Amino acid sequence: MDFSIASILTLDGLTNGAVYALLGLAIVLVFTVTRIIFIPQGEFVAYGALTLAIFQTGKVPGTVWLLLLLAAVAALMELVQVWRTQRRALPAFKAAARLVVLPVLVSVLAIWAAPQLLPLWVQAVLSVAVVTVYGPLVYRVAYQSLESSTPLVLLIVSVGVHFALTGLGLLFFGAEGFRNPAFWDTRFTIGPVMLSGQAIITFAATVALIVLLWLYFERSLRGKALRAIAVNRTGARLMGISSQASGQLTLTMAAFIGALSGLLIGPTTTVFFDSGFLIGLKGFVAAVAAGLASYPGALIAALGVGVIEAFGSFWASAFKEVIVFTLILPVLLLRSLSSKHSDEDH
Amino acid sequence: MKAVKTLIAVAVTALASTAALADINVGVILSLTGPGSGLGIPMQNQFKLFPQTIAGEKVNLIILDDASDPGKGAANARRLVTEDKVDLIIGSCLTPVAAAITPVATEAKTVQLAASPVGVPPGADQWMFRLPQGNDVMAHAMVEHMKKQGVKTIGFLGYTDAYGELWLKAITPLAEKAGMKVVAAERFARTDTSVTPQALKLTAANPDAMLVVASGSGAAMPHKAIVERGYKGKIYQTHAAATPDLVRIGGKDVEGSFVVSGPAVIAEQLPDNHPSKKLAIDFVTQYEKLVGQGQRNQFAGHSYDAAIALNKAVPIALKKGKPGTPEFRAGLRDAFETMGRTVFAHGVMNWTKDDHWGYTNETGVMLKVVDGKFKVE
Repeated sequence: MDFSIASILTLDGLTNGAVYALLGLAIVLVFTVTRIIFIPQGEFVAYGALTLAIFQTGKVPGTVWLLLLLAAVAALMELVQVWRTQRRALPAFKAAARLVVLPVLVSVLAIWAAPQLLPLWVQAVLSVAVVTVYGPLVYRVAYQSLESSTPLVLLIVSVGVHFALTGLGLLFFGAEGFRNPAFWDTRFTIGPVMLSGQAIITFAATVALIVLLWLYFERSLRGKALRAIAVNRTGARLMGISSQASGQLTLTMAAFIGALSGLLIGPTTTVFFDSGFLIGLKGFVAAVAAGLASYPGALIAALGVGVIEAFGSFWASAFKEVIVFTLILPVLLLRSLSSKHSDEDH
Repeated sequence: MKAVKTLIAVAVTALASTAALADINVGVILSLTGPGSGLGIPMQNQFKLFPQTIAGEKVNLIILDDASDPGKGAANARRLVTEDKVDLIIGSCLTPVAAAITPVATEAKTVQLAASPVGVPPGADQWMFRLPQGNDVMAHAMVEHMKKQGVKTIGFLGYTDAYGELWLKAITPLAEKAGMKVVAAERFARTDTSVTPQALKLTAANPDAMLVVASGSGAAMPHKAIVERGYKGKIYQTHAAATPDLVRIGGKDVEGSFVVSGPAVIAEQLPDNHPSKKLAIDFVTQYEKLVGQGQRNQFAGHSYDAAIALNKAVPIALKKGKPGTPEFRAGLRDAFETMGRTVFAHGVMNWTKDDHWGYTNETGVMLKVVDGKFKVE
């Protein structure tokens, strides 16, 4: 181990860590607002990358059909629920239509665009759009009616959603993996380190997203409303903040972040229908290390996970996964020793 | 009175149908979901072409999914032997799952045709026969090729699972015998997003050849990582990587690398005197007619070979007893052991009492990737 090897490993670790950071942020975000431990975060990563891969072949990705199906189910649930509470047809149809409009628009666009073989970046934007509109629908179908349940119930639902999405991924994308073309295929050499254009894009996207999230939560009314829900759910509802709308908004953001991460790792590795889970799990380790509460904490922890993973695979590649996931033990120990229990459990 | 008549009629029909139900029941356990689905799904495709009757007896296939999970595989096997009373179990395509099925099949005295190279010691595999080539048979072909290329040192980059371990165990002694040495052994997982650290360590050792042990499209990522680290030596891939996916994902980076393979997937390029050529071509035409051009697959070939094995063994076993009886099952086992030299699409098989692997060292074929196609070396 000399300086050049160490610097190559660090760079590799930070590049992966940047993706874990995005997922860690999304997991923290979803947990603080909705109390959902969002296991399926990784599935959005795989869906994002694979949807783009299928667009590349000029076919309509299966995710589009699932999107339409999911929208129909969500709309039906909404229709029934509003009808039950209000007994009037018009508001019920309006509520249902609100859920359907965007998915249908995106699907139609995707079905039209798929055979045209548009430039890579257009397809990338389209893939992100397809996966992003999954967010509110997944929330509506799986979580909304359980929103006041305990985190444990929501966690169990998450496991179910994870398995459902993985299985559907196998149906849509097949068992073999795909690799996407790089968005920026250049390489810079700085001393021993070789920096690829893709790595630069990954860093830039991570930083941009963090800044955007910060601006959103600090400056916009909706962002502040989400923060209010996160701090005190009942209080926020008394102030007229809808927890259901917040949940849908949060999952939209999570799906967006997931799809974006998928595009970022797609060109550097082969993505399979079930690749998302372990990638998401590493984001989860980072999020837990940050106590599922702190964004900067999750960012730093994720970069740490990436670097430790890189050095771990260099020194003891057979035990790499063990090293990464064992990291969580000392963190949990420290946290349990230093935590002060509050009476207000969300 | 009428009711009694009906009852009798029903009873008679039921009896008659049980007699007709004495078909050959074959239980198939495959990984149709989970990480092993890339191997299980092609096998399932080929089973659609499985013969309807063998030696005049109707054949029923009962296909179950093991979700790439050994526990589920064992539970499936338990169901097949107790509920469905199968005469034979085929599966699984994953080594750990197949290993979990073996004790259940042995206990029920039912033959298991494993579709993966299971490393159960001789004696414990009394009721288990393997359809694929053992790793040492493939490693033999590879080491022979390395010897010709003048390779002295080998770097190993393989899966952290049984497949990687078995390959390392198979190639190390063979290489040593040929005067070569495995100088560095690194591991990675299928779900890893980067193998740069491992590639760094391997290229630092600078061996004459690298061996990548991975399957299907998963074999391309480590290969690319080694090339990206500026490695200029020879790169070898195993038979699980001998699929079009390697070239599809790997692109120009896998150009010029060597892949060991069973003969089935390169049917057309086999020399005319190769014993498997006719069957291999038959398999490839059948399979690609069903699934699509260029979709040939090592594991689908094992399904094809299973039918050949049964076609030969069932007539012998039928002399011992009717399908569905313990005598038939025992007869099937003895038939596999005594049926002798049998030509498969994947090579020449000869199971004996002491050897349930069966393939000879001449089975492995070395291929080279030239212009995105596999060429026989």
